[in-house]
Amino acid sequence: MKDNSRRGFMGKAFGAVAGVGAVASLYAMKRSWDPLPSVKAAGFTTIDMSGYKDNELVTEKWRGKPIFVLKQSAEMLAKAKTNPKDLERLIQVGDSHFMVCVGLCTHLGCIPGYRPDTQDFLCACHGGMYDFTAEVTKAPPPRGLDIPPFKIDGNKLVLGEEGPEYKKMLESGTTLKV
Amino acid sequence: MAHFTKATSLHDWLNQRLAVDTLRRVLATEYWIPKNINFLWAMGMVLAITFAILLVSGIFLLMYYQPNVDLAFDSVNYTIMQEVGYGWLWRHVHGVAASVVFLIIYIHMFTGIYYGSYKKGREMIWISGMLLFVAFSAEAFSGYMLPWGQMSYWAGMVITNLFSGGSLHADGLVEWIRGDYVPAQAFLNRFFMLHVLLIPVAIMGLIGLHFGALRIPHVNNQDGEELDFEAEAAKYKSGDKAGSKVIAFVNDFMSKDMMVVSIYLIFFFYLVFFHFDFAMDPVNFDPADGLKTPAHIYPEWYFLWSYEILRPFSTNVGLMAFAFAQVIFMLLPFLDRSPNAVPASRRGLFKFWFWAMLVDMIVLTAMGKVPPSGIFSTIGLYAALTFIGLWILLPIITMFEKKA
Amino acid sequence: MKELFILAVVTTFTLVTYYLVEPFAHSHMHKHHESEKFVYEDLPALTKQGDVARGKDLVMGAGACVGCHAIKVEGMAAPMDAVTSASAYGVNPPDLSDAGSVFDAKFLAALIKNPAHALMLEHKYNDKTGKTFPMPPFYGAGGDLDQEIADMVAYLQSIAPKGEELTPKMAFETACGRCHAVHYQYEKDGERHPAWTQIGEHPTFKHKQDELAYETQVLDYQDSLVKYLGKLPPDLSMYIRSRGEHFLSTFAENPQNYLKGTAMPRVGLNAEAAEKVIEHLADVGDSKRHERDAVGKNVMIYIIIFAIFALLWKKQVWKELH
Repeated sequence: MKDNSRRGFMGKAFGAVAGVGAVASLYAMKRSWDPLPSVKAAGFTTIDMSGYKDNELVTEKWRGKPIFVLKQSAEMLAKAKTNPKDLERLIQVGDSHFMVCVGLCTHLGCIPGYRPDTQDFLCACHGGMYDFTAEVTKAPPPRGLDIPPFKIDGNKLVLGEEGPEYKKMLESGTTLKV
Repeated sequence: MAHFTKATSLHDWLNQRLAVDTLRRVLATEYWIPKNINFLWAMGMVLAITFAILLVSGIFLLMYYQPNVDLAFDSVNYTIMQEVGYGWLWRHVHGVAASVVFLIIYIHMFTGIYYGSYKKGREMIWISGMLLFVAFSAEAFSGYMLPWGQMSYWAGMVITNLFSGGSLHADGLVEWIRGDYVPAQAFLNRFFMLHVLLIPVAIMGLIGLHFGALRIPHVNNQDGEELDFEAEAAKYKSGDKAGSKVIAFVNDFMSKDMMVVSIYLIFFFYLVFFHFDFAMDPVNFDPADGLKTPAHIYPEWYFLWSYEILRPFSTNVGLMAFAFAQVIFMLLPFLDRSPNAVPASRRGLFKFWFWAMLVDMIVLTAMGKVPPSGIFSTIGLYAALTFIGLWILLPIITMFEKKA
Repeated sequence: MKELFILAVVTTFTLVTYYLVEPFAHSHMHKHHESEKFVYEDLPALTKQGDVARGKDLVMGAGACVGCHAIKVEGMAAPMDAVTSASAYGVNPPDLSDAGSVFDAKFLAALIKNPAHALMLEHKYNDKTGKTFPMPPFYGAGGDLDQEIADMVAYLQSIAPKGEELTPKMAFETACGRCHAVHYQYEKDGERHPAWTQIGEHPTFKHKQDELAYETQVLDYQDSLVKYLGKLPPDLSMYIRSRGEHFLSTFAENPQNYLKGTAMPRVGLNAEAAEKVIEHLADVGDSKRHERDAVGKNVMIYIIIFAIFALLWKKQVWKELH
């Protein structure tokens, strides 16, 4: 039929215009799934480690996740200094050094338990282990506990903000972005 | 086991298993519609599109709405309207669509009445359509409860009070419906369930019935002419499309439908963005307060005619009139005693009946909104009496109608 | 042509129904009051030129203003905390730092001379009821009363923020914030603002006990308000949508027009501050209005293009059907 291709064309053209509208709607739908501004705003936590004790694990909360803070004793710090991979994981705040990590096993997300006597972490789910700086020492976890973005603010730490020390850790591959 | 051969293409593979070609012919390319129709015949498609719009916008509202009496209002007016990306868009679309859908339903309904599309084999289309009207009304009412504003609460209070049955004092029934002495958490939650699951499922089932009921009698036409669909289809398929009295659903009817739909959408989106107060009444932007009734409460516009039939009479009489009004349209195919399935303009007295009914419903709608005092009360009373009178008259005037 | 006639009939009936149900019905339900553009006709015009230095002396001294009112911008702290003030006076007396640019000058002068009169509360505070308004009138410091009042007003105007320095938020807090809470958080110009209570912005607390202590304070303040006014002034978060710009503006101008006998005082805003208060309420209750207008415009353009293509497709398909 003579007009077949033209009619087909107009139908396809209309379909294309409708498609543009559909894509725009899909964009609006995607935006509706985005985390809300109030959720994103609540993504910052300040922790004050002044009262913390050596080799005593404290669990804080950031973005709904547990955060392990372990103040390093002098002996632990000395041990860390012998292993560069351990040392670069520690954060110095004032005169003390701390291990600050997301308390979720990098294998499948369970919370590992800390054993102060052996100064290591054992994850009950599949037997993974980490040392006192949360560097991984036994499979199956693929890497050490992740370090959250942080900024040193005097004697406090602001989790959620990216300070220079954190940026260095990202660059050297000490931690992946959480 | 049916015989399957090696597929020659994806199309052939699907065809052997799902008969896609047959489906396509039966539902689309050889679904014959009369050519002698006007844009009012597109209202069905407009309703389907609007229902789809309600479903999709509803899905995104459902992601953030909280059906809890302390959280509902803010989940809508803060979270959805001001926090969620494009949340305001879904809310406005949903509210405007819920109101406009009734305008289209009334146009669709009155088109059916005018052209006699409820007779001569089409009774089930009419009945399933009226059931859809009831389902949409229940859906709209239950939806209106959800923002838990002042109008939500007091509409809930008043409408559930109807079930006390006047002198019957069936207070126990009212409390059972509410799940509490007053509209409270139980009430909100169950109406949420109705709005989000039960009634939409019922609507989808009824739409299926409505479409199914249309298949055998076929779509009507502007002159009520009885077509030989087989013959006309043959003419069309042989190439005489201009001479045939029928068109195919796809692409013929569909393209005209889409044109009407697109003009409707211009009007629809204008309302969504620039003129929406009629659909989102300001009174409902006050949080529900069980200790304070607003100075003026009224239902949404599409319920006003019905509300006004209730108002002018004493409690029991009003309830009876109200019940009558809900059911009477359903009986139209049986109250209309004339066999003529032609446009009202060719049906003698029925022509006057039609326009009187339409005008009366508009008068009832207007009086339902204004405060019931003075001249408005009087007009409302006469309009309600006229409504009842017209239905009583219908069998009489149609009984004596000359055969067209 | 027949179709156009049918369209005309359908459109007419629809528009008639719309008209009756909306504009017509609403005109019978709500009184419409025109704005008097904040001229405050009933108050006497200002006749004297005020002197700022003399005004400052009066405000700090014989006027005894700072006995109840803080003036933060001049380093004068509030004599009592908000909750204690409210239990003493019914409501926390406002900080006067912004008063000079939020309130109309004529109104301020009238208020200093006779607060209950300027605030249109004489139906509550008069000889018959025997109630005295918590703020005493200023009887003068020995000189020309009107001159002294003009001086005080001039001083208040001199310390107040000028032009754009007065933000919508500041205007709202001064004019409305001591009685009305606004519990919706909002974002403006990239900054997030917490909920507003009658005693200030709601802080974030780490410990639940501190949060509960704060909330107890707010409730105590609200109890004082209820005792003072008869009922708790409503939260204004959604008032921009439930009442609309016109109502809010004319209501603040003269609450008695709409709610005769109400305990809400005439606010005394000047025209610019009134606009800012409305803008603040819109920022809190209708914060997406700009996005709505912008997206709306684009959608209208798109849907018209959509309709044109639908029309063209229909014409093509129907060419061989007619």
